[in-house]
Amino acid sequence: MGKTTQNNRKKSENKVGGQADGMSSWQAMKRVLRLLSSYRILLFLSIILAGISVLLQLYVPVLFGDAIDQIIAQGRVDFAAITRLLARILILVLLSSAATWVMGIINNKLAYWTVQDIRQKAIRKIQQLPLAYLDQHSSGDIVSRIIADVDQISDGLLLGFSQLFTGIVTIAATLFFMFSKSVPVTLLVLLLTPVSFVVAKFIASHSYQMFKKMTDTRGQQTALIEEMVGGVKVVKAFGYEKRASGRFAKINADLQKYSQAATFYSSLTNPATRFINSLIYALVALAGAFLIMAGQLTVGGLSVLLNYANQYMKPFNDISSVVTELQNAMACAARVFALIDQEPEAMAASLEKGQKELGEDLGSVKGEVDLHGVNFSYVPDKPLIQDFNLEAKPGMRIALVGPTGCGKTTTINLLMRFYDAASGSIMIDGKSIYEVSRHSLRRNFGMVLQDTWLEEGTVRENIAFGKPEATDEEIIAAAKEAHSWGFIRRLPEGLDTYLTADSLSGGQKQLLCITRVMLLKPPMLILDEATSSIDTRTEMLIQQAFDRLMAGRTSFVVAHRLSTIVNADLILVMKNGRIIERGRHQELLEKGGFYSQLYHSQFAQEEML
Amino acid sequence: MKNLSKYLADYKKESILAPAFKLLEALFDLLVPIVVAQIIDYGIKQHNQPYIFQQAGLLVLLAVLGIASSVTAQWFAAKASVGFATKLRQAAFDKVESLSFANLDQTAPSTLITRLTSDINQVQTGLNMALRLLLRSPFIVFGSMVMAFTINFKAALIFLAAIPLLAVVVFGIMLVSIPLYRQVQARLDEITRLTNENLTGVRVIRAFGKEGAEVAKFDQKVAAMTKLNEFVGRLAAALNPLTYALINIAAIILIYVGAIQVNSGAMQQGQVVALYNYLAQMIVELIKLASLIITINRALACADRVDQVLSIEPAQTYPEKNAARPADASVSFKNVTFTYPEAGAPALSDISFEAAAGSTVGIIGGTGSGKSSLAALIARFYDADAGEVAIGGQAVAKLTQEELRQQVAVVPQKAQLFAGSIRDNLRLGKEAASDQELWNAIKLAQASDVVENKAGKLDFKIEQEGRNLSGGQKQRLTIARALVKQSPVLIMDDSDSALDLATAARLRQSVAALLPKPTTFIISQRASSIMQADQILVLDDGRLVGKGQHQTLLQTCRVYREIIRSQFPDWELPELESEVD
Repeated sequence: MGKTTQNNRKKSENKVGGQADGMSSWQAMKRVLRLLSSYRILLFLSIILAGISVLLQLYVPVLFGDAIDQIIAQGRVDFAAITRLLARILILVLLSSAATWVMGIINNKLAYWTVQDIRQKAIRKIQQLPLAYLDQHSSGDIVSRIIADVDQISDGLLLGFSQLFTGIVTIAATLFFMFSKSVPVTLLVLLLTPVSFVVAKFIASHSYQMFKKMTDTRGQQTALIEEMVGGVKVVKAFGYEKRASGRFAKINADLQKYSQAATFYSSLTNPATRFINSLIYALVALAGAFLIMAGQLTVGGLSVLLNYANQYMKPFNDISSVVTELQNAMACAARVFALIDQEPEAMAASLEKGQKELGEDLGSVKGEVDLHGVNFSYVPDKPLIQDFNLEAKPGMRIALVGPTGCGKTTTINLLMRFYDAASGSIMIDGKSIYEVSRHSLRRNFGMVLQDTWLEEGTVRENIAFGKPEATDEEIIAAAKEAHSWGFIRRLPEGLDTYLTADSLSGGQKQLLCITRVMLLKPPMLILDEATSSIDTRTEMLIQQAFDRLMAGRTSFVVAHRLSTIVNADLILVMKNGRIIERGRHQELLEKGGFYSQLYHSQFAQEEML
Repeated sequence: MKNLSKYLADYKKESILAPAFKLLEALFDLLVPIVVAQIIDYGIKQHNQPYIFQQAGLLVLLAVLGIASSVTAQWFAAKASVGFATKLRQAAFDKVESLSFANLDQTAPSTLITRLTSDINQVQTGLNMALRLLLRSPFIVFGSMVMAFTINFKAALIFLAAIPLLAVVVFGIMLVSIPLYRQVQARLDEITRLTNENLTGVRVIRAFGKEGAEVAKFDQKVAAMTKLNEFVGRLAAALNPLTYALINIAAIILIYVGAIQVNSGAMQQGQVVALYNYLAQMIVELIKLASLIITINRALACADRVDQVLSIEPAQTYPEKNAARPADASVSFKNVTFTYPEAGAPALSDISFEAAAGSTVGIIGGTGSGKSSLAALIARFYDADAGEVAIGGQAVAKLTQEELRQQVAVVPQKAQLFAGSIRDNLRLGKEAASDQELWNAIKLAQASDVVENKAGKLDFKIEQEGRNLSGGQKQRLTIARALVKQSPVLIMDDSDSALDLATAARLRQSVAALLPKPTTFIISQRASSIMQADQILVLDDGRLVGKGQHQTLLQTCRVYREIIRSQFPDWELPELESEVD
């Protein structure tokens, strides 16, 4: 194996643990903008339309004011001028409506397309991330990044587009129009508006404390709910219902107290700012009245000013809510990008049709597996696999035995290249597995794990998972061989039965997982506690199928049952990541070492009874 | 919804006062344009400065009254909505805890959890908003119209025409888009599921080289959702421009009609301004109303989901009083057949046996053969379709819930512990158990070393789901938890699966030596766990195919022989005499 590959492997490992999810909102914003830049024409159009629609919407009240000024009193109405103004208003209103609508559609497109881009990038990254990353991060956390966080970005972008820009234009234009009507009144409004911000801020800081308490209590309550609902059968079996209810009531009372306070305090913001606005409104009316009497303002002008004074606050509120929303969105974006920016594993599998796999094709192998001087650790400084050596001839059956945590499953992880060894070589038919493409390597292995993962879909889709083009005859033949046909046939719709999370028992799921491999008949097999959730009688039947499958195929079996181990060509006894004994069953027993000790404590009693 | 409204009954006063004060606030708001009109028409036109000051003062007074009534309303609304949600949450929680196993099998725990948490929170928000705003917005809309009529009849007719038109547009768009949003949500759920599947199945997907196929599947679902989103978005984006155009067209007509009215002397300029202001106020409220209705609609959907939980019919009821107490700890099944709800075939067919008080019964059979179902019927977690299950001669269906729980202690297959101290966990079935009793049970369950080695011993804090314990440790603690109860009947459902054989054997010995000896049911896949039982029940596909002691079964029961052969390949088995089944 080349030195470079080793170095690369080191590097990606360090990244996994080391890279924090930290990315500033500003960096996240830049990333989002970069994503948006592929839609720059639409973005530009949206900004232009926003400008047009806002300016028109602000100009219309001015024209209305002018029209009102033409209605002075009985017999003093200029109908010609009014008609002319109203016609102009009509055209502008229609224009602005059209602009607003088109802008809305464009903004939707921008937001939804960006979000689609992000989600598609994320799912691709999932397929290519090193398993070390995925094993260390809870799937719930990653799902929430791809779903909830991306949704938040979508909301933020939508609101951001539609309100941030229009808000700014509105404020600027409003001020311009107001100044054009009356400088003193506008100054008055400008001076007084900050008061309402101060008030809003004051309320927010006070309700924050209550919100925090509320959220904490809610968290406690949710934890209790999860436990008492998830374990409700235990609760019932032990007659614990009343006490559970009592515990719930206690937290519920706290929650009531905090959430009532939080709800009340936060709901004061609107009345308070509205109150300030009303005061400003009264002052504008008062000042306006005197200006009119002084001949410096018209009645229509006052109507415009009153209207604006009312609307003036709205964009500020909008902008501040947009800023909060955008901050949230960027915090979420940072989390999503932290996922997307993760370094993919070296020679990651290709995802798009027609794209070539990295690394040479291993082709179809005989199944000669050599591990030489392999070392590996999940956590730096805590070596797990140490100096692992093995030469497996084609067709050999190798059993891995040892106490929990001794490295049996890790060895499997290394063979399948789910993890890369830190040093040492792993060769199949004389080729290093680090030089061939991951797909061609894994195609040669059939794998059945203790964890029985099935896809939501029909039974047929699940069996044909690795060979979608398989015919029903092939599928049924494989199912019969794996002894799953009996229960499949009894399912309501046979092969077409749609499987969801809970539709099968553990044993049945495992039979399907076995069938899935049975259909492929790859040259090498990995069985990691493959029959642990199947009863022994069925296991015996499957064992025959496995024996047939394993015949002539190199197989690695992690097992906890005697029969599988006894017939192995080679038993590797592992302890703390090292192979401490190797040989056949009888040899090892006679040796009287760790294996015989293990054997006597684990299995022998079955015979002694 | 009737289930829910009763929890609001305690807050009747608040629920009436909140909207009432909100209306008061709206009333003050409605007076503002009139006051301004008077400033223009009397104050300015007549240069009456004291009048202008007086009216401006009136505006300030209206503002003060407005905020006072508004704050009062918010207080009542917060109290009513939070109080209601608190009661509802407790009721829903108690309901879930009271559901029978048959009910629980039909609802995923995650759904129940969502309903107890976020759904009820949504209901709380929705109720709060409804109390504050649901009456206010229509009141202002119609109030504006009424005020318009007091100013000028002809001009007010424009309001009469504009309001229904606007309402049709606003609610029309909403009615069409709400179900579409629901579809969007359903697709998002689907994408969530798919993402999760990709994560949990990552090893299998990679082992089978299906990365590309999974990506293609995901792309397709995401693209479909984007399309739907765009479609709904286009509709929703029309709401603002459309209402804007309508209201301004109404204003254009208003100004024109106003001009004619003023010209003829029927109205004054200031009144035109007032009418124009009412129109502007109205549209703001209509839009608010629309978004409020979306919130309320969502809350109603959530309320409906909570309601579904509250109205689940209990699949089982318990008598208030025991007909008679069980005579002893014997257990009997008479021709019992049992089918899980919504299952096609029975899980148990025609099972009959009798277990003497204090005897040990082993139950063995393949996966899905009905072992756990049989045990579940003893504890009456489910009701049999036919036949009778009895403890001490009394049918279990005739015992009270308390009596039944007292009679039967269960060690479930899944070793599930709760967050809290070891002591709290062990006392689950017997609140008053002394530490001495707990230690006895721990010793019997072979768990002494587990507890002794933990910091704080009985006070050691177990994390949620028992994450800080190994499988074997959890299992031994669940056994101890059942033994603490000292019930006459003990069911151990595959509860030595995570124990090594030596420990399992010691466990069986200590249980066998209990005094008084409970009637013990041991369910296992391992023949070694049940071989020495007084009676072994062999189940196959829900039928009792063998009943008797080990030696007898070896000679008479084909299934039992096969099980033994699969686990002890080197044993010499006696000749099969005759099939009993």
